[in-house]
Amino acid sequence: MTTGTTEADMRPAPVHQEPDKIDAPTRAERFSALAQQHGALVTLLVAMVAASLSFDTFLTGDNLENMALSSAFLAVVALGMTFVIVTGGIDLSVGSLFALGGVLAAWGSQYGTAVALLLPLAVCGLIGVVNGLLIARSGLAPFIVTLAAMLGARGILLAITDEGSKTYLVDKDSFFATLGQGSLLGIGVPIWITVALFVLGAVVLRLTRFGQYVYAVGGNEDAAALMGAPVARTKITVYALSGLCAGLAGALNAAWLVSGVTILGSGMELEAISAVVIGGTLLSGGFGFVSGSLVGVLLLKVIQNVINQIGSLDSAYQQVVSGAFLAVVVVAQTWLGRRRRVL
Amino acid sequence: MLSVTGVSKLFPGVKALSDVDFTARAGEVHALVGENGAGKSTLIKVLTGVYQPDTGEVVHNGSPVRFTTPLQAQQAGISTIYQEVNLVPLMSVARNLLLGREPRGRLGLIDFRRMHREADEALRGLGIRVDVSRPLRELGVGAQQMVALARAVAIDARVVIMDEPTSSLEPREVRTLFDVIGMLRERGIAVVYVSHRMDELYEICDAVTVLRDGRVVHTGRLADLDRLRLVSLMLGREIGEVRSEGLTKFTGSHQAAAEPVLRAEGLTIRHQLHDVSLAIRPGEVVGLGGLLGSGRSETARAIAGALPTDSGRVSVGGAAVRTGSTPAAIRAGISLLPEDRKAEGISPGLSVRENIALAALPGLSRFGLVDNARVDKVVDMFVKRLRIKSAGPHQKVGELSGGNQQKVLLARWLAMHPKVLLLDEPTRGIDVGAKAEVQSLIDELAEEGLAVLLISSDTEELIEGSDRIIVLKDGVVVDELTGDAVTEDALMRAIAAEPSAPSEPADLPASPDLPASPDLSKNVKSAGSAHD
Repeated sequence: MTTGTTEADMRPAPVHQEPDKIDAPTRAERFSALAQQHGALVTLLVAMVAASLSFDTFLTGDNLENMALSSAFLAVVALGMTFVIVTGGIDLSVGSLFALGGVLAAWGSQYGTAVALLLPLAVCGLIGVVNGLLIARSGLAPFIVTLAAMLGARGILLAITDEGSKTYLVDKDSFFATLGQGSLLGIGVPIWITVALFVLGAVVLRLTRFGQYVYAVGGNEDAAALMGAPVARTKITVYALSGLCAGLAGALNAAWLVSGVTILGSGMELEAISAVVIGGTLLSGGFGFVSGSLVGVLLLKVIQNVINQIGSLDSAYQQVVSGAFLAVVVVAQTWLGRRRRVL
Repeated sequence: MLSVTGVSKLFPGVKALSDVDFTARAGEVHALVGENGAGKSTLIKVLTGVYQPDTGEVVHNGSPVRFTTPLQAQQAGISTIYQEVNLVPLMSVARNLLLGREPRGRLGLIDFRRMHREADEALRGLGIRVDVSRPLRELGVGAQQMVALARAVAIDARVVIMDEPTSSLEPREVRTLFDVIGMLRERGIAVVYVSHRMDELYEICDAVTVLRDGRVVHTGRLADLDRLRLVSLMLGREIGEVRSEGLTKFTGSHQAAAEPVLRAEGLTIRHQLHDVSLAIRPGEVVGLGGLLGSGRSETARAIAGALPTDSGRVSVGGAAVRTGSTPAAIRAGISLLPEDRKAEGISPGLSVRENIALAALPGLSRFGLVDNARVDKVVDMFVKRLRIKSAGPHQKVGELSGGNQQKVLLARWLAMHPKVLLLDEPTRGIDVGAKAEVQSLIDELAEEGLAVLLISSDTEELIEGSDRIIVLKDGVVVDELTGDAVTEDALMRAIAAEPSAPSEPADLPASPDLPASPDLSKNVKSAGSAHD
């Protein structure tokens, strides 16, 4: 109230005032918060139970292993994407970087595992840094910058593969190939790597100062800047991370396929974004977690798998179902967010 | 401690600062005052590294510095509390408080337990008890501002700059703030205090610098300057002039028609409003009184359809209006001037013309195409009538001063030919001169037969502007002041009354001790307190 002292002086009796306290969240708000955080997980479990009841083949070791493996590469891409989306950005270049990383890894594998891993990481990481620099320093829209990177990376890919006609192969007996093909305790190496990366990602996002900056930049960029958060550095870092993740996922994929396939990865950026959003991360930034993105990836893959099992259904319907599912999730998120008064 | 000499800053078309000298000394609370557009914000931004001066230098601890980011200024010990809370609502209180300074344990990972303890201690020191692990957005605006304060103080600050820190605080929170300022002064910290509120300035400030049109017009000890002289320095008008005009521009009561045009009955929103009813007649200004969080804005927003209600009816001219729908409310002739003009009102990137015409466009179009000639006519009329000062109708609204932005918004809604105008804090954060103009506009509009609902935290404005005041407390109508009972004293009593015993008219014999003529009392009070 504006009248500082006059009001206080003129007040006939001291006004009883409650100490500041936060209103306890209502039951609806608590439910909404839970649904937003764990809704994808619950849906995943329901989908898996339903699928295993419907199809004998669903809950077999082979099928699960296949699903997990095919999820692993997308999951690594989605991990980087989670960081980008929490800052309120978007990275459309990851599909191209995934393919580029695969081809670079396959080409590099002839010089040893170190080159096969470091080359894609260096190139894709660098492209990520350029993305970040353009977005953070020049204030360009992430959508446009990463769209340009997506086209540019595709171009590089075509250039180094003679317009896609040349396919580099990975020696099946090399150590690099075991990164994709090998298994440990009966579980594929890519799955182990993915799990390890997600644990690392969760720790970085939740428990480091950099992670706090990621949330702060996405939650309110101006405030973050005024609070002294290194906004530009944070943005550059998340795009670099996203590029690194995409490049690494591509390399692992090449090791798995024992060749660098140029046509991979188109549309993967949208799959990754879908998975992140389905996992409960707000597209507007400031709220999200990496475990959700993992659940989101698995959910997409289970849906695909189920549609594949229904032999009569054209696999093209996969995308229809995934798209519809995404729409439902986004609507539900918006609704839950409003109930929680977040949006 | 921190000073600037000969600083100038140019913006396209405006010289925001010209040859400004300013010094904040250790252990001194220095008031920085001036009308909006005088250059206070620009000066603060130069001090905190948001802007770099075109000429002149910033001297900190005896050596020239050049901050290029707010972070550098903070690291040099200059922290700032902004008028609008600048924190991240989705993050927890503790994370906001300690962002960038989180206590870290092994492996460089954040030690959340220690972080929550430290945050809790910092806030307790300011007399605030909250669950620091909850998201900041769950706190009231006042408490959020206190978190910002705690953050500013917790950093090892040598200079603390406060830009209108009290604009969203309750009186009790203002006391806490002043205690903290006293503590800072004792610790030898330089405080720069920006405020429009005279009472506050005279209570806590030692020195004052007055800016006008980007120049320093006065600097010295505040105690040597009386209030009227300070106001006249800010306005650039002579004392006699100020006195004769008074400081609020409201005239007496209005001729109100007999039948209410707006009726709201039993508005209820869980946790926010309970059974709020009110009616406004054409030509009447009804004030909504109450403390922050009493449900004033919620009532206005519910009437305007911007907040869904659980139950309740709204009607305009006898016809029911669908609640929870702003288009329905606008069609019925209800216009809301929202509290937060930055977030909910203007589109800063659009021109004055576009901002005014935005809502009225459907009515100014033929076959879906905008009739530019008619738009120009309407815009021109409102620019003249509301005395909107801009470089022209094509200037971006973001470049205008707060007062002129508010007028543009007002014009937008008036272009819709509303029957009911809901004004939520129409003069908050705008300078003295523009405030008076907006106030007299409200008066004029009511005289023309508009029904006006006025919400203001400025008690004086509320009392003098309103014909009747409906007093809210915790989302419930606790009292209604009419006629001679519309006084500051009665309002305080109504707000302070025990909730269990609703005050009856007989309990309000406040008027006899006050001068019989409301006009006289107004001038005496205005000249005396020179408030706002």
